Amino acid sequence: MMNDHDMLQATRRRFLIDTAVLAGAAGIGLSLATGPASATPASMRTAIRKVVGEASVKKGRLKIDLPPLIENGNAVALTVTAESPMTADNHVKAIHVFTEKNPQPNVISVQLGPRAGQAMFSTRIRLADSQKVIAIAQMSDGSFWSDEIEVIVTLAACLEGV
Amino acid sequence: MRSGAAAAVATAVLAATAIAAEIPLADRKSGYDFMGRETRAMQDDDTANPGMLWVLDGEALWKRKDGAAGKSCADCHGDAQTSMKGVAARYPAFNAARGRPIDLEQRINMCRTDQQQSTPLPFESKDLLALAAYVGRQSHGMPIAIADDERTKPFLQAGRAMFDQRQGQLNLSCAQCHDDNWGQKLAGAPIPQGQATGYPLYRLEWQALGSLQRRLRNCLVGMRAQSYTFGAPEYVDLELFLMWRARGMPVETPAVRP
Amino acid sequence: MARALINVPAKAKRGEVIEIKTLISHNMETGFRPDNTGKPVPRDIITEFVCKYNGEEIFRAELFPAISANPFLTFFTIATESGTLNFEWTGDNGFSASESANITVE
Repeated sequence: MMNDHDMLQATRRRFLIDTAVLAGAAGIGLSLATGPASATPASMRTAIRKVVGEASVKKGRLKIDLPPLIENGNAVALTVTAESPMTADNHVKAIHVFTEKNPQPNVISVQLGPRAGQAMFSTRIRLADSQKVIAIAQMSDGSFWSDEIEVIVTLAACLEGV
Repeated sequence: MRSGAAAAVATAVLAATAIAAEIPLADRKSGYDFMGRETRAMQDDDTANPGMLWVLDGEALWKRKDGAAGKSCADCHGDAQTSMKGVAARYPAFNAARGRPIDLEQRINMCRTDQQQSTPLPFESKDLLALAAYVGRQSHGMPIAIADDERTKPFLQAGRAMFDQRQGQLNLSCAQCHDDNWGQKLAGAPIPQGQATGYPLYRLEWQALGSLQRRLRNCLVGMRAQSYTFGAPEYVDLELFLMWRARGMPVETPAVRP
Repeated sequence: MARALINVPAKAKRGEVIEIKTLISHNMETGFRPDNTGKPVPRDIITEFVCKYNGEEIFRAELFPAISANPFLTFFTIATESGTLNFEWTGDNGFSASESANITVE
């Protein structure tokens, strides 16, 4: 089974890189058209609207850190930092992260508060393709702030076969 | 491995290759050096390194009584931090009973069948990987030290021959990429030297910990060459050669790789 | 068995902002990956993580399939008093795991 998996992956990568070179090489008939429907910029906007409602979202006060060159989309180090004094009167309540092209737009939502001391968290995420990643911070005063980053992924994560 | 691009590289660059040149000892680099900063950080931080979860499991398994003999590893070997220090660094090693070298996983299974009177753990099973990771961890930072053993010479030669021979549909040898073209880019990713310094390791591609044999199987499939069943002597010979090739380099188990 | 690794400083000064690191073993099966027959393997992920400091919630995260296998999460909190930090993960198919760590705050 592992053999099939590796061969499926190898086939998909070759397809992505240079179809011309494949001429003559044996391969498994992997249809790239199968698989789940991808998230789209539209479904990402819907997911964002669920969080933000009709409020306006301003760019700033938030920073997404992702590696410039992503070696493997299965485990990408993500850090999100928000500028905030994190006092009882003025703090980050929540940070939400979204992607544009993963099969599903939501990545993570974290709840913070004045006890955090610092509005920052890290995790590792899956990125299915080169795409946009968006983070939205919800402040205690009800305002929303965002950051957006475009990343290049050389290997797909969620879309591989078994 | 990106086979299509590999074929292009092989044709363009290696047309007149004679015998592959071994990497001078001083020029050897671990796969760690070819990784991005974030992946290196994942390996360096014991709380961030997913391989450490298997080491934790291995620590528990080390103490678990098993088999008809009702013994745990600890019952014979005591504290692994003492008894297993340096062991993984010298595997694969010659085993007199088998009349050939065996690797660490096979050695663990020999203990299970011969000493614990239990069943061998399947290759690539979570438990066997956990024990290998735990034992491997006890050599962390120590130089790989494959013994200069007359008895292993023919097997070392067989492993080397496998490393050097062209094989598979792409007619590539391991040496052509990993001795002759390391550091160059293949489909956007740098070709490492293939130094087996951190096995078993957490491969991001697998999203799990896996053995050197699993990685070799990935290579062979990528080259469209014949792969073997886990535990095959061909794999152990090649493992022996690879560990000998990496002699002196520090053990990184459990490493993280893309 | 689910294993977790936690990194909490054993000691901290009152008012110091400390970093907490957590790692738990879990496949985080996305629900989008096709099996041998082409059918998607059903979703099986950790959906929630909560950290409490002497019983009070200080951090909560909702996880989605986009979180990598063996979820790694780091966050910060103010070291207010000595005590115990509790960590709880819950997820699909009744998944539940918990860990704790003590901290001395002087």
